This record gives sequence, C-alpha cells and structure tokens, in this order.
Amino acid sequence: MHSTSALSFSQATSVPTTNYAFHSHCPLNLRFCGLTTQAFGFSFSTHSASTRLRLSTRAPGHSNKISASPGHNGTPPTSFDYDLIIIGAGVGGHGAALHAVEKGLKTAIIEGDVVGGTCVNRGCVPSKALLAVSGRMRELQSEHHMKALGLQVSAAGYDRQAVADHANNLASKIRSNLTNSMKALGVDILTGFGTIVGPQKVKYGKVGFTDTMVTAKDIIIATGSVPFVPKGIEVDGKTVITSDHALKLEFVPDWIAIVGSGYIGLEFSDVYTALGSEVTFIEALDQLMPGFDPEISKLAQRVLVNPRKIDYHTGVFATKITPARDGKPVIIELTDAKTKEHKDTLEVDAALIATGRAPFTNGLGLENISVVTQRGFVPVDERMRVIDANGNLVPHLYCIGDANGKMMLAHAASAQGISVVEQVTGKDHVLNHLSIPAACFTHPEISMVGLTEPQAREKAEKEGFEVSVAKTSFKANTKALAENESEGLAKLIYRPENGEILGVHIFGLHAADLIHEASNAITLGTRIQDIKFAVHAHPTLSEVLDELFKSAKVKAPASTSSSPVSDPVSA
Amino acid sequence: MANVLQTSFLPSISSLRRTPISGSKGKSQSLQVKAKIREIFMPALSSTMTEGKIVSWMKSEGDKLSKGESVVVVESDKADMDVESFHEGFLAAIMVEEGGVAPVGSAIALLAETEDEIAEAKAKSQSSSSTSPKAVEEQPKQIEEAAPDVPAAAAPTVSASKTVALWSAVHPASEGGKRIVASPYAKKLAKELKLDLGTVVGTGPMGRIVAKDVEAAAAAGTTAAPAGTVAVSPSKPAPVAPGIELGTVVPFTTMQGAVSRNMVESLSVPTFRVGYTITTNELDALYKKIKSKGVTMTALLAKATALALAQHPVVNSCCRDGNSFTYNSSINIAVAVAIDGGLITPVLQDADKVDIYTLSRKWKELVDKARAKQLQPHEYNTGTFTLSNLGMFGVDRFDAILPPGTGAIMAVGASQPTVVASKDGRIGMKNQMQVNVTADHRVIYGADLAAFLQTLAKIVEDPKDLTF
Repeated sequence: MHSTSALSFSQATSVPTTNYAFHSHCPLNLRFCGLTTQAFGFSFSTHSASTRLRLSTRAPGHSNKISASPGHNGTPPTSFDYDLIIIGAGVGGHGAALHAVEKGLKTAIIEGDVVGGTCVNRGCVPSKALLAVSGRMRELQSEHHMKALGLQVSAAGYDRQAVADHANNLASKIRSNLTNSMKALGVDILTGFGTIVGPQKVKYGKVGFTDTMVTAKDIIIATGSVPFVPKGIEVDGKTVITSDHALKLEFVPDWIAIVGSGYIGLEFSDVYTALGSEVTFIEALDQLMPGFDPEISKLAQRVLVNPRKIDYHTGVFATKITPARDGKPVIIELTDAKTKEHKDTLEVDAALIATGRAPFTNGLGLENISVVTQRGFVPVDERMRVIDANGNLVPHLYCIGDANGKMMLAHAASAQGISVVEQVTGKDHVLNHLSIPAACFTHPEISMVGLTEPQAREKAEKEGFEVSVAKTSFKANTKALAENESEGLAKLIYRPENGEILGVHIFGLHAADLIHEASNAITLGTRIQDIKFAVHAHPTLSEVLDELFKSAKVKAPASTSSSPVSDPVSA
Repeated sequence: MANVLQTSFLPSISSLRRTPISGSKGKSQSLQVKAKIREIFMPALSSTMTEGKIVSWMKSEGDKLSKGESVVVVESDKADMDVESFHEGFLAAIMVEEGGVAPVGSAIALLAETEDEIAEAKAKSQSSSSTSPKAVEEQPKQIEEAAPDVPAAAAPTVSASKTVALWSAVHPASEGGKRIVASPYAKKLAKELKLDLGTVVGTGPMGRIVAKDVEAAAAAGTTAAPAGTVAVSPSKPAPVAPGIELGTVVPFTTMQGAVSRNMVESLSVPTFRVGYTITTNELDALYKKIKSKGVTMTALLAKATALALAQHPVVNSCCRDGNSFTYNSSINIAVAVAIDGGLITPVLQDADKVDIYTLSRKWKELVDKARAKQLQPHEYNTGTFTLSNLGMFGVDRFDAILPPGTGAIMAVGASQPTVVASKDGRIGMKNQMQVNVTADHRVIYGADLAAFLQTLAKIVEDPKDLTF
C-alpha cells in the first residue's frame, strides 16, 4: 500500500432534505447554502445542464461500461468492514448517511474537521443568522417603511459581538444536532483525514498518528469545497477576507469591497450595509449578479444595490489586493476584463473575496485509483459514479456535492447522496438537477429553479419547441401589500404546447420559501394546466405563484385524472 | 437663447394627438405625428395611473427599433410593464432618464425615422426640456458668459466662473491628489446633490471623502448664511450700486444659489433664540493692551466662545439625522465674512486649544484668503459653531439663521456705552454688547443655551483666561 499523506475533508455543504428523522432542525437546514452555486472563477454561471451533458457523453452507457480499475493496489477485499463509507461529514455526507441507515446499510462517515462542513460551520447556517439580524436592522432603520405602518421606533443599534455570537451559537447548535442525529442512528463517525488507498479501501487518521485502514463495499467522496481566492489576492484573514472569516464578523468596516456579485457577495452586501458599512462590488462580467435570470438581476439591482450605500465596478478583475498594513488601507488594483489594462485603484478598509468556491479534493488519494481531477473537481457521470483518467467508471466509488461541481448547493449534495444510496441498494436513480431550487437570502430574497430565460430559449431553439414567459408582480398580492413589501416579481418560463415548467424565478418577500411549489412541480412532473387548479390560502404570498400559474397560456387541456401527477418530466 | 430654440422647433414636434389606442396589455402609444420625428409618450398602464416611473431603458440613444420591440420598462402603481414601440425608427433622444418620473401622456423619448434625423431630434429634446436636469447643467455656462457683462464691478470682483474654479480643491488623499477617493455613499450623495467631488475635502480614514463631508460641503458654500450678515472688515464695504443694473433679473451665482438652498433648507430645523447682555469693559481693556501684538476682536470673541463651548459640549453638537446627537470632537468656530456677492465662513479650528496670538494670525490669513477667494473647502466648511458679528456697523442686536448641519449660531451686536444701575445703588456707564444665539432645539435646549451664555459672560467679563 502506498502511504500517501492524508489530508482533511470536511468542507461539504448543508443539511439534508431527507424525508424522515429529525424534523427538529430541518427548517434551518433545508435552506440553500449561501456560499455556493457558482463554481469558482469570476462568477461564471454554472449550468448544471451543460456540465451534465459533457460528462454523460463521456460515459454514455450505464452498467456495461464499468471496468475494474487496473490497480497496482491489489485486488479488492472480499469481506468489508462497512457497507458504505462516506468521506466528509458535511450536509451531503450527512444526507447520504441517514438515508443509508434507513436502507439498512452499515455506514461510517469520516471527518477530519468538524461535523457539518461548510454549510453548518462556515456557510449557509451562520450566514442566515447574520442575515436575520440584517433584515431586522433594515426594517428598523427604514423610517419611511415604519411610518407607513404607523410605527415609531427610536434609533436602532446593534452590538457586534452579540451578533457574531448569535451566528456562532447557531452553528454549534446545528452541528450538535447533526452529530447526534447520526450517532443516534448508529452511524460510526471516524475522526481523521480520509484517503482512498485502493478499490473499496480507505485509510484515515489524524496528522502525526498512525492511520487506520477500513474497507467498504461502496465509498462516497463528499469532501466539499473551500473559498476560491484568485491569483494576486493576499488573504490575511483580517482586512482581506473570505466568507470563512466574514462569518465571524470580527469587525464591521466602514467601507468594504466585495469581489464577486454572486450569491455570497450579495448576501454579505446585505449584511454589511445593514450594519452600516458602505460596499463596492467588483464584478468581472459586464453586469452584476450574472448567475441570475437577467430580468431578476436587473430588478434585484434596482432594489438591492442602487438605493443602498453600494457602488460597483463591472467588467474588471481585481488583479492585486494588498491587505491593510503600515498605516495604509487595503489597496485593490482593477484591471479591465477585456483589454487587460490597469483601470483603477481602490483604497478601502476591507475586501471580501466572494469569487466562488474551489473543490477540496487534494490528498484524497485519487491517484491511487487513477482518477484525474478537472480543475480540482472529481469527474462523475449523471449517477455520481467517479470516472477515471481513461473515461472508465471506477466501481463502487461515488462523488457528491461541491467536490463534483455539478451544482454547488448544500441540498443538492444531500440529494445526490440520497440518489447514490438508492443506487447501491439496488434501485436505479438519476437526480434531476433542474428540479433543485436555489435561493439567495437578501432582503427581499431571490429564488429560482430550473432554467433561466436565455437558457430556456437556447434549449428551445436547439430542440425546436416554443417557450413562453408569464410574470406576476408582488404589487398585486394582498399579503405583500399588508406587509408593505410589494417590491417583487415572479417569472415562469414554460412550454405553451404541453404546460411543462422550465424554470421559475422569484424576487420578493419570502421568495426562498415560495419556490418549492415550483420545484416540487418540476420534480413530480406536474404540468401548469393541472397545478393551476390547486388552491392557495388567502391572503398569502403563495398566491403570487397561484396567479403566476393561472396567467400562463397553455394549449394542452388539464389531465382528466383526479390526480394531476403524471410521469416525471425529464428536463 | 433656449427660448428662441424652443419656439422655432416646437411646431414641428407638436403632434396631432390621436386618442391613445388602449391596448389590451397597456402597450405604449407612440403618437402619429406629421414630422418624421415622433415622441414616445408615457403610457397609461392602468385606469388609475397618473404618472409612471422609468424603470429602465432597454434601448440606448441611437439604437434601431423595430415595430413592436420593447423600448422601455415603466413602473406604474400596479406593476412594471414593458412598453413597445409602435413605429420603426431610431431612438433619437431619451428625455426622461432611468429612475425619472413623468406624467401620463408626456413625452419621454423621441423616435427618429432615419439615422440622419437623430441629431435633429436630439437638439429638439434639449431645447424642449428646459426643466430637465440638462438645463441645470447649462447654468454654469450661462454664468460664465454673463460674467464679462458686468464690467462695472471690475474693482476687486472675480468673475463668477473663476469663483467656481477657485472653490475646487485638489484632493489630498492618494498619489498626491491625482485621484478622488470617496466612499460609495459619498459618491451617491454628491450625485444627488449635484456636487463636484473635486470640491470636497475628505475627513474620513486616509483623507477619503465620506458622506458627512459631502453633506458639509453642500451646506457650506454658505455655512454662515445668516441672511444679511455683513463684513467683518468695514474698510471694504460690499460693492454697492456700480455693479447693479436696475430693472434686470440677475441669476444667482453658484455661491448665491448655495446660500439660497441652505436658507430654504434651514426652515426644516426647529430653532429658537436666547439673548444675553454682556459687559465688555474688561474685554475692551484687554483688547487695547494686546492689540499691538496683532490680536483682533474677532479672535478674542472666537476664543471666548470656544472656551465656553468646551464647558458646554451640547451647544457644540448638532443633529444630523433627526435621531441622535452628534457631539463634535473639536471646537471649530466659523466666522461669517461678507465677500463680494455673497458671504463665506472661514473656520478657526480648535479655537479652544490654540492660543490667542496664533488664533489672531490664523484669522488674518483666513480673511486674506477669503478676499482672494482662495479658501480651501476645509477652511470654510468644518465649523461646528458660527459667529456672526455686525457690531462694527453699530448694529446693537440682530437675529441669525442657523446654518444647516450645525447646532447653533451666535449673532453679536456692537458694544456700546450704556447707563447701568450697579448693585450698590449707583448709576454708572458700562460698555455692553448684546448677543443672541439661534439653536436647533432638537439637540440644544433653553437651559443649555442659558448656561452656555452665562459661562460666556463670565469669561468675557473676566477675560484673563483668553490670553493663555
């Protein structure tokens, strides 16, 4: 056996969307991880569809392409310590572990850092605590809004340390919930950094200690990701920071530059401006929020950027960022994204690098099974089976979550993990990534599922079908008006001839909670002509979607059966 | 000139208004006109809509439009709507910018039929938009042109255009002032207030311009604006008749415009006044004694005021947001000085800490600079308390308007020999002056001012502390 030096994995994602067990903390954990989706680089959007397309052409077949890895690591063991070993106890690993136990598998999870991974410790969870604070601050500071409701509030203030503690306490609470849920179900938590040493063999151990070898029938890699820091940027953890540091809220700078205007950047801009900072966005593409549907990002800019203490530079790279030192501020050099010429220099109090996340796959021992990563991502097929350097599937090895880069969201990782467990327990399962919702927890929130309008139009052109768009405004919604939060838009992209939902995008009050009606419809293959008969309580925000479905003009008649659920739509 | 243009062009634009066709979804109604340049009107998107806000222009000036193509997104009282063009052509001129509001039926853009007509259409839009922001931008130009027409005031007058230039200052921060470093909010505010950031001096970290600097600069120009305050230097009276042509309407200069704005803005501050009579025999004696060392009465008054303020920090505070006290860390006494065509308030910074001789020298330097219109922004917009003195004209009492952004202003009258009854029952002569403080009652209360004035009177009546 090779004794490769082991490294840690832990940076996975959020908590599971499993349909059983611990309801106690589900609501929190189901939320989208604020820190993902855009793969690294300057926020080019990750289109899961295209990624999937590419990978599936590489491994077109299903079972018949599996070949034993030409291992110099000896033959696989014949009896195993475990049915399933998961490397990385983030949200993806956790979701897979819980589902595996339900399916009767003897399961172990290896974690080199803390249970919970990025989402719980450095991502979605603590960021939601900060955003809860910023939302309330924003409300209390909005004199106009308060007056309109007839409320009088004297100056609102905050205690930074108490806010930071709230985020930290929330993370520890969710972490212990997670740990307990796994222990209670009998999942073995093995502490140490896991390394794959050969087919169905993993060793783990802490640095400086002897490693322990374990074998398993199937192995899932769920090692997650770390903040991506582009070249030329010097992170000191104090004035030039990543989301990891920012979530600790060690100080609230007067002026902070946020590099990248994707989910992470947007959410932090919401937090910082509510706490009194001024923000400068630095975006490499020509417009802010490039990952969103263009119409949504335009509206979001009008509401989340323009009226706030935020300015921005688009079409520029932050090619060099020097932390504050020797009495000098943080210095940021901006280079034109097209001409590559120096464009401007900024002097700010702090810089937050929110340029996406890079997979955490170093030291996994992938070379032992001749797997070559692509920009760090572990190549997988549509069933999360790992593909080796020769394009062959590695038997019994799967990779889920940020480490495979298909869709860098906590709940996507969990869904992928559940899909894998379904497969290893004998039921074929392919996850439809287009049914996975995503959300950005600004005030108001942004959420989406499926394709954006340009993506849908491109697909329609290629495949020769018609695309229609329906829109409704929050301005017409009674509940939104009662809350005096009527700024918002819901947008439906669909096929008029058969009523298939291609995508739904919502910007407005509680958008993150509203999206699930649409994502469930996509998952279950419900068509618009059927879902429009579903009844919504009045007056609720959910009527925004009700109205949206009703305003769609579908040519196909409603299903005759009493149950409108038909075959799943393969998007 | 604008008027001429307007009249000559209007007929060609004015349209034969057809009743707008009410489209099912409230689409735009570009109205048919005889000319090849059409106006795009703010459409009525709902029956209750009276005005609409331009959310965004989907096309830029010069873009080609085909019939039915979306041109602009309009926000009504109900929803945002895409407005389509009913005609083919080129979007020649946008008359209402993004974020602007226009009443239903008013023109928001011009559509030219051919590319050649774009320029023509642009000219029209400019001439007809006398109320648009563009008109405001033109104003400085007009002033520049107007300036040479006032040759009578040749003496010490600096032309208005030059004034504008002099008021700008090189930013001290960063690379020797090559760049302007301003925070995002400061930039936004400056844009809203139509203020050139080049004229603002930053007091934020590393000398950066922050929001309060912009606010201060906007309030400045004029800080001491109490209406009608006149010169500290009677030797050079304000220019009288020579420059004024009777029967004419003369637009405000930039400075006068700023004064006007500030005066109107001051109406939103709830002020009140407290007066006090102070005996100045001792102060006059002191002044006589140290006058030869270059000490001026203004410096003595500023010093006395600063020392009193040091004991009453609330009188040196101000209310910026309507919710809080802003306690200023230093005591900067602004003193109103009349200059040609306006007034300015040079600031004696840290007047409580600087000794009287240095303060006097500083004052002389500031007055010289003010006359030469060479004051840097931080030398006139950082005052925390304002003094306005009309005593040299023999004015015995007056009332000052509180400059926005500060908490209090003190109007000082002349010190005059007065017959007073003393405690021992005798009648005697004493020099007395009346001061009258105007303050923002949101932060400074009657008792605060009373206590401050009592302290000030004590200092003036026993002025030995002033020379330390």
